[in-house]
Amino acid sequence: MAKSILAVDDSASIRQMVSYTLKSAGYDVTEAVDGEDALAKAKAKTMDLVLTDQNMPKMDGLTLVRSLRRLPGYRTAPILILTTESGDAMKSQGRSAGATGWLVKPFDPQRLLEVVKKVIG
Amino acid sequence: MTIDMSQFYEVFFEESAELLGEMERLLLELDVGAPSKDDLNAIFRTAHSIKGGAGTFGFTEITETTHILESLLDKLRTDKLKLRSEMVDVFLKAVDVLKMQLAGRQYQSEVDARAVTDICKRLNDLAEAKPDAASAPVKPAPVQAAPPTQAPIAAAPVAAATPMTAGAAANGAALVDPNPENLYAILIGTASTASSVAASNEGYGFFTDTPAEGQGAAEAAVAPVPAAGTIKTLAELPPEALPKRRASDRESETTSIRVGVEKVDQLINLVGELVITQAMLAQAASRVDHVLFESLLAGVGQLERNTRDLQESVMSIRMMPISFVFSRFPRVVRDLAGKLNKQVELKTVGEGTELDKGLIEKIADPLNHLVRNSLDHAIEAPEIRVAAGKDPTGTITLRAFHQGGNIMVEVADDGAGLNRDKILAKARERGMNVNDAMSDQEVWALIFEPGFSTAAVVTDVSGRGVGMDVVRRNVRNMGGRVEIQSQLGKGTCISIRLPLTLAILDGMSVAVGKEIFIVPLTYIIESMQPAKADIKAISGQGKVVHVRGEYLPVVALHERFGIKPNVGDDEMERGILVILEAEGIKTALFVDELVGQHQVVIKSLETNYRKAQGISGATIMGDGKVALILDVAALVRPSKHDVLQAA
Repeated sequence: MAKSILAVDDSASIRQMVSYTLKSAGYDVTEAVDGEDALAKAKAKTMDLVLTDQNMPKMDGLTLVRSLRRLPGYRTAPILILTTESGDAMKSQGRSAGATGWLVKPFDPQRLLEVVKKVIG
Repeated sequence: MTIDMSQFYEVFFEESAELLGEMERLLLELDVGAPSKDDLNAIFRTAHSIKGGAGTFGFTEITETTHILESLLDKLRTDKLKLRSEMVDVFLKAVDVLKMQLAGRQYQSEVDARAVTDICKRLNDLAEAKPDAASAPVKPAPVQAAPPTQAPIAAAPVAAATPMTAGAAANGAALVDPNPENLYAILIGTASTASSVAASNEGYGFFTDTPAEGQGAAEAAVAPVPAAGTIKTLAELPPEALPKRRASDRESETTSIRVGVEKVDQLINLVGELVITQAMLAQAASRVDHVLFESLLAGVGQLERNTRDLQESVMSIRMMPISFVFSRFPRVVRDLAGKLNKQVELKTVGEGTELDKGLIEKIADPLNHLVRNSLDHAIEAPEIRVAAGKDPTGTITLRAFHQGGNIMVEVADDGAGLNRDKILAKARERGMNVNDAMSDQEVWALIFEPGFSTAAVVTDVSGRGVGMDVVRRNVRNMGGRVEIQSQLGKGTCISIRLPLTLAILDGMSVAVGKEIFIVPLTYIIESMQPAKADIKAISGQGKVVHVRGEYLPVVALHERFGIKPNVGDDEMERGILVILEAEGIKTALFVDELVGQHQVVIKSLETNYRKAQGISGATIMGDGKVALILDVAALVRPSKHDVLQAA
């Protein structure tokens, strides 16, 4: 069965690009518009990978990561943060929140696939 | 696999336009003295989102502008700079520049490069202005990457224009590299071992150690991550409460799709045809034996209900909240009030009222005229207002609401009000046929005459007298009416009455001779068979009918259109009078008989034939015949003038 990915971004264009790219590669993609939406969808179905934007209204990416890590299905599931910020501060925040890794924005579809393949094959 | 990024451009443009609108709204609502953290964050996020999209889709010039804007906003939201009112002005200008840049990409329209440079410089100046800003750590510039096809050209100017800090120097080096593969940041490494980046030049990385263990940072570098199950993230979970929200709060947010307008319009046309077909079936079915064909008739009845429901649902797709139009006015009022040295507060009521998309687009211009007029002519200068015992700050209220089968959009102000004597004097000066006995309604209507302006001074805002007649024409073209209420010294309220939709109307079909006409239901107050004694002829002025204490002029439809009626003028008690009200004037329309009430699909007479006086359109009836839809306001108007001239 296709691996499931939750793509979280408040920007519709980026979300569509991510979703389209991953679907084209055969993944089963669910979209979410912010952290709260993502949390609800992650609870409804356990995903193999979560890709989340950092800066979003309502609930940001780091808070989402922390919340997901408390859910039974997401103790070890890979979660990548997509962020424009690549400084050390962001990395230490991402790490302490429990993220698996990060991908710097802007990225192109090839780069996204490359990273996703490394994580979930 | 290559992905064509251009397929996402349209979404990006739409999204950016929405974000810019949101930014403008937030900026206008911002309390400069004590801006709320939430608002500053929200404004920052709009700029941030546009930058993210622009970066992803390779619109580097937009990335540049938003980046500079975002940097300044970041300083504001992190309290490194204090918000000043001139910043809001510059931000608003930046919104305009971004709109121009987006339009440049979207429509290949011209982009004023000087305006772009200018706004970037002003934003940079503001960011540097304060001494505390210099010492504040500048956020590392995010990587500006162009898609591979544009990379060599785009990368260099971005690198030059982006303020780089020491921390981002490595990225900067990568940026000028024309090889797009190298455009991505060198970011592998962890907080403590940022220097171990050398291993990879890819814009991603993994935390393979955990903060709980707090060690082994060095071994974290670059490990290509194997299969899913083996990744271990053992982060200790911070004891933070899960936000508790009901699932229903969220459900409405993601369940929308974007569809081209032409698809929706096609659907509406098809439903229109279906309505006609259904009417034909209903008419055919009405002739069959009700006992023998009971199930057929039940089916036809069901079809009618379903058609109506379907039609309502389809029409609702095109409905948009009027906030799409209202949202531009805070900016218009702010800019104009500043220019005119007036104090004006704009209130909007009923922004959620939904209107057909076509109407939304067309109402913007007339509303703009009306709001500018109110600002320029109606709202007095602060000192005059104070002298008149009013609040120095004037109020303009934009209001939208449903009323019967119509949507009302009002522009109300608490300004000087219309001056009846001035308007009458001006009308006489222009040689118009007026008299002192005219009702206020009729006097106010004069300001819609072409070239009519009582403005003492013609300003560049309004007052050339080209406004109001255009307003009325535009509104009429939408099938709407403009009405004015005004009180000298108290204010003016201009109401635009619009049909719910452009495509279908509820009508009463009336028969005159062999012809059938449709009267839009919204104009009909009542229908009656008059008593002979109630009809009185006034010499030279036609007839009037006495209805509950009022004398109403009678318009005989057969005379207007030169048709031979089944019921003549001399035996009106055998016919029907339909009492109509349009533009505040009541009239009795004399017809042979009422046929029935229908929903009719409006077909334009102008596009299919030519414009005809007294007719607003045509429709196809259930039996396949064409029926003309009456332009009630036009029918009512000449009779009014007849009376006026005779008086």
